[in-house]
Amino acid sequence: MWARAGRRVLRAPRGGCRGFASRAGSPETGRIAREVVEHLERLALVDFGGPEAVARLERAVAFADRLRAVDTDGVQPLESVLEDRCLYLRSDNVVEGNCAEELLQNSHRVVEEYFVAPPGNISLPKLDEQEPFSQS
Amino acid sequence: MLGRTLREVSAALKQGQITPTELCLKCLSLIKKTKFLNAYITVSEEVALKQAEESEKRYKKGHSLGDLDGIPVAVKDNFSTSGIETTCASNMLKGYVPPYNATVVQKLLDQGALLMGKTNLDEFAMGSGSTDGIFGPVKNPWSYSKQYREKRKQKPHGENEETNWLITGGSSGGSAAAVSAFTCFAALGSDTGGSTRNPAAHCGVVGLKPSYGLVSRHGLIPLVNSMDVPGILTRCVDDAATVLGVLAGHDCKDSTTVQDPVKSFILPSLTDVSKLCIGIPKEYLVPELSSEVQSLWSKAAKLFESEGAKVIEVSLPHTSYSIVCYHVLCTSEVASNMARFDGLEYGHRCDINVSTEAMYAATRREGFNDVVRGRILSGNFFLLKENYENYFIKAQKVRRLIANDFVNVFNSGVDVLLTPTTLSEAVPYMEFIKEDNRTRSAQGDIFTQAVNMAGLPAVSVPMALSNQGLPIGLQFIGRAFCDQQLLTVAKWFEKQVQFPVIQLQEIMGDCSSVFENDLASVSLKQ
Repeated sequence: MWARAGRRVLRAPRGGCRGFASRAGSPETGRIAREVVEHLERLALVDFGGPEAVARLERAVAFADRLRAVDTDGVQPLESVLEDRCLYLRSDNVVEGNCAEELLQNSHRVVEEYFVAPPGNISLPKLDEQEPFSQS
Repeated sequence: MLGRTLREVSAALKQGQITPTELCLKCLSLIKKTKFLNAYITVSEEVALKQAEESEKRYKKGHSLGDLDGIPVAVKDNFSTSGIETTCASNMLKGYVPPYNATVVQKLLDQGALLMGKTNLDEFAMGSGSTDGIFGPVKNPWSYSKQYREKRKQKPHGENEETNWLITGGSSGGSAAAVSAFTCFAALGSDTGGSTRNPAAHCGVVGLKPSYGLVSRHGLIPLVNSMDVPGILTRCVDDAATVLGVLAGHDCKDSTTVQDPVKSFILPSLTDVSKLCIGIPKEYLVPELSSEVQSLWSKAAKLFESEGAKVIEVSLPHTSYSIVCYHVLCTSEVASNMARFDGLEYGHRCDINVSTEAMYAATRREGFNDVVRGRILSGNFFLLKENYENYFIKAQKVRRLIANDFVNVFNSGVDVLLTPTTLSEAVPYMEFIKEDNRTRSAQGDIFTQAVNMAGLPAVSVPMALSNQGLPIGLQFIGRAFCDQQLLTVAKWFEKQVQFPVIQLQEIMGDCSSVFENDLASVSLKQ
């Protein structure tokens, strides 16, 4: 369960999140709203670590805004330079594997053949509710 | 012996003038002597010696595996190597030992190459200086070269010699320094925005970025899946072609490798360039370009012209948007690729056990440095539902425009493009760190980045020394999957310019014997 959830968070906000249409960083002021900052921290599971990081993000967004100047009417997005070729798929035969022990060795916490994770149904506390973490 | 090319050493091994073990020991000794360069994160001494032993057995029986048998090589630390720690210069993977070899590493090993170690880089290959990894910055060997030091003596200088060393460029700086300092004959790097070509230019070596889809990315810890390519660093173009010949080809474990039959990469010696058309993209003449690099670029163009080639000015109109476009696409793909680091199955894990989310968040805070975290957050911003169209999709559209620019130019009859690789020669570390990673990356990648957008092959070839005695390289860009043609032109150019060998005898001390022409001598006591 946790693996799927972990992968999905980065694609789109989960159902139940409010829309931030008007506050996703306005080009005029360059300010990024606090809710967006918190939302990003939640999605990325990486914290900003301070106002300088937020300022850095604002500069990054302002930099990215230069793309608006390009006329892309009628242009299709390019996902891969190999788009004109067929993607190769292997035949569905098992040729390798059986290496559970090797793979388990790399983890810090295992019990028998399981990777151990803490409980998954607890949300990350909001910024102001968090315990102050030690600086890494 | 260590100053020879890969081909020459291979011949010497076949003729029995030197054994793989002797070669291995010499390289290991040199690696120890040049430890201050910080080019290597892990030196796999035992592994290399064992491989040397096996190679020796093969040579004795006359069954060598090929040109790479017994040749010391180094691999950037973002390629998975079975049983050897692979860190990506990050706390997140410190202590991580992969259970498998990257395909390109396996191919090198299958050919009998000796793996000397894993080289240093910017954390997760994000950067253009090789200064932002947890093991510290890599020092450019040219900082200690006779050529550079002599020029510095002529200037009055108040600062301490030892603190004014130069960066290697990045992010494959460790690999470039390892090759430049003669500790190996070839090294693997990775190239997403110029990470192989940039340090190659700063360290005076050849840096090849093959066409996207030619070389397998399986086992290369990904940064931007649609642009990453394993890169090759060597001291001459022929050596790069030799290594490419080993690495190229379809890999069933990487579905983005093409299935075209692999052509030979043996390079003909071009004598007549009159049928060649060289394109000079005018948008690459930017104000920030140093006058020295600009004049060398002109000189190179004139060289081709004087030998009969057609040299024309061409236009790549969307060049000025390539860095912005890359910024959006790179951070977005990074945000996605870095999601796998959660501490559960491998890598660093924090002590918090309250909840999965809290554990992930703390693990990632502890594991990643500011640069990586910054890119993840930016990427997630661009991927937000309300921003997806305006930033990510927009950038993908601009990417098509950039790629089309190249297609149009090559369709108009141009064979190869000639551009600078970097804005200037290598700068001192103290200078470099005055600006942040994003600014420096934007400057460092300016000429190399668009090539990754279009998936084209490109190679940086060292041309000449600057007024300060530092290497300056130029970049050749070829058509997709025309790597052999590209390298043929690069080889011709290399022969014309005769770039000088780095003189490091001062710091090598009693190792100076390794640079003597000792093909004739057989006894090689350490």
